[in-house]
Amino acid sequence: MKRLALLGMPNTGKSTLFNRLTGAGARVGNWPGMTVDMLSAKVLLAGGMVELVDLPGIYNLHGFSDDEQVVRHFLSSQPVNGLVVILDATQLDRQLNLFLQLRALQCPMTLILNMADEARQLGIHINQEKLSAELGCDISLVSAKYGHGFEAIRKALEHLLRTAPQAMLAHTEALHSDEAIEAELDRIVSDTINTPVVLPPNLTRRLDRILLHPVFGLPLFFLSMFALFQLVYGLGTPLQNGLSALLGYFNSDVLTPVLRHAPTPLTSFITDGLFNGIGTVLSFLPIIVLFFVFMAIVEDSGYLARAAFLMDALMARLGLDGRSFVMQLMGLGCNVPALMGTRVMRSRALRLLTMMVIPFSLCSARLQVFLFFTSAIFKPFAAASMLFFLYLTSFAMAFLTALVWRGKFRNHEPLLLELPPYRFPTTRQLLVQGWQQSGHFLRGASGFIVAGVVLIWFLTHVPFNVAPASPATLAGHLAAWMHPVFAPLGINRLLSLTLLFGFVAKEIVIGALAVIYSAGEKNLAGILAHQIDWVQATSFMLFTLIYTPCLSTIAVLKQESKSISFTLLAVLWPLGLAWLVSFVFYQTARSLGW
Amino acid sequence: MSIPLYQMQTTQSGIILSINAGQELTRRMAALGLRPGRQIKIIRKAPWSGPLQVRIGHTEIIIRRGEAEKIEVEPT
Repeated sequence: MKRLALLGMPNTGKSTLFNRLTGAGARVGNWPGMTVDMLSAKVLLAGGMVELVDLPGIYNLHGFSDDEQVVRHFLSSQPVNGLVVILDATQLDRQLNLFLQLRALQCPMTLILNMADEARQLGIHINQEKLSAELGCDISLVSAKYGHGFEAIRKALEHLLRTAPQAMLAHTEALHSDEAIEAELDRIVSDTINTPVVLPPNLTRRLDRILLHPVFGLPLFFLSMFALFQLVYGLGTPLQNGLSALLGYFNSDVLTPVLRHAPTPLTSFITDGLFNGIGTVLSFLPIIVLFFVFMAIVEDSGYLARAAFLMDALMARLGLDGRSFVMQLMGLGCNVPALMGTRVMRSRALRLLTMMVIPFSLCSARLQVFLFFTSAIFKPFAAASMLFFLYLTSFAMAFLTALVWRGKFRNHEPLLLELPPYRFPTTRQLLVQGWQQSGHFLRGASGFIVAGVVLIWFLTHVPFNVAPASPATLAGHLAAWMHPVFAPLGINRLLSLTLLFGFVAKEIVIGALAVIYSAGEKNLAGILAHQIDWVQATSFMLFTLIYTPCLSTIAVLKQESKSISFTLLAVLWPLGLAWLVSFVFYQTARSLGW
Repeated sequence: MSIPLYQMQTTQSGIILSINAGQELTRRMAALGLRPGRQIKIIRKAPWSGPLQVRIGHTEIIIRRGEAEKIEVEPT
């Protein structure tokens, strides 16, 4: 099959264009020897199926970042019929550089200039005919965001395929020196592109003056993030409740009648194990989808790059950079999309250190446990202060982790970040983004979740002739075995069992407590208040806050790092830290006579 | 008169004279438009020794002070 590779700089709308060209049929390709996921899709062009590969965005073909090496490796190992290069029409003065480097590879090429609408607004005029003659290839002016110019792209791709019937490997050894390219670049740009000398003071600059204000910049950023979370949960919680209710009806009206005559262990396995476990995770899907959609707005708007500008001074001292902080904030909603968001980082060490830090962000699932515990044990004012204390602890643990591990994940990644003009993504772009990211999450994590749920059910129900989760079950034995570990933290056997459930997902903790104490959620608060005091409760909450957030997080840590030893470290370090912090808190509080 | 980029005042413009960084960093800078001969303007500086926001042509870039030290400019 014929194959075309899509290349371009980051932030040029390359992925949007890829999605528009290929529809929903894209999949993550598995390329031999490649560590970075690449999307590919088959499209019908010139009467035959053609494979279109979306290579990672790069600034330079010579560089040594992961992405740049991946692109070079791909081009020298996988034959292609042609290169489709996409550049930002408003920044040709520097982006043409990449095209000139690629031309040295001697593959047939076609050039797509995206954001033609913005270039027109900025008063930039491109002499398309002259540029095309200079570069020796077709040029299409498009706006991927608005879907303008796609017919021209199809024609250009078909023309490219007709002129290049034979797939070939790129001549990566024939790269020109940068100096020669720069001279040529300056000549071509001055010959073919007319740009106004002074840009009109546009909206972006006026917005920057407010949003990057030395004093109000950060407070404004926190305020808008807070509003975003409020919006996600304000919209997501009713959807989540609706989905839970639907799943409940499915259980009572379909599953239970169907399983009426099945043996009891089988019924219990399907309803208490598989259905409840997977259902709980599934019910969080609306929030996850919404989260991705809203994050896509923030990401495409250009505001995240500005937050990085505001926070970089502090983060640099922790061995991280401004973008790490942004991901940490995303983690306050759900750690999973935040971990996936680290893909924007080019240095692997920086990315791994950021991935160590994100799981300490107090996500909405943990918040649910803390809301329940604080309201059960504390008076209202103390409960609110307790919650605030937990948020502080969350950031303190993240910063401590960065300080401890910054030596191992030392990175010299210079922060050279483009500040794109503020943009508003289109609805279509948002929907595609939400759909793809959620699908990616479900495919990546579902195996893990099912396995975890089956394991927990097995532990609490075997042997079958005793009460579930009682001391005679496997879980009961496990609790007894864990007792020496948890006793110094003031966490009793039953509570230590819920920590085991919490390993799968914090969403299960409260329900698991209800099963273990065999009480409804309403009576549970009263029982808890009788059984444990505030010191024990705080110790339990500190442990819950710091140790591994959930199986999905572990799955994504593994999926994104592609390293088992890193995943182990990212699980064991928080576990040890959780134990230490709870231990110090509990023993100090007790020795003070509290 | 040439000074390191980070010593320029906010809103001041200059011409890049030379970049004294390693090969890899020099290439990354060039890809973003930071090359000798180009005009550069400091838009703002983040507080607490944070990064600089600079403009080259139509591109705006955040650059840390450490990296800005490696760029020699002549103020205009």
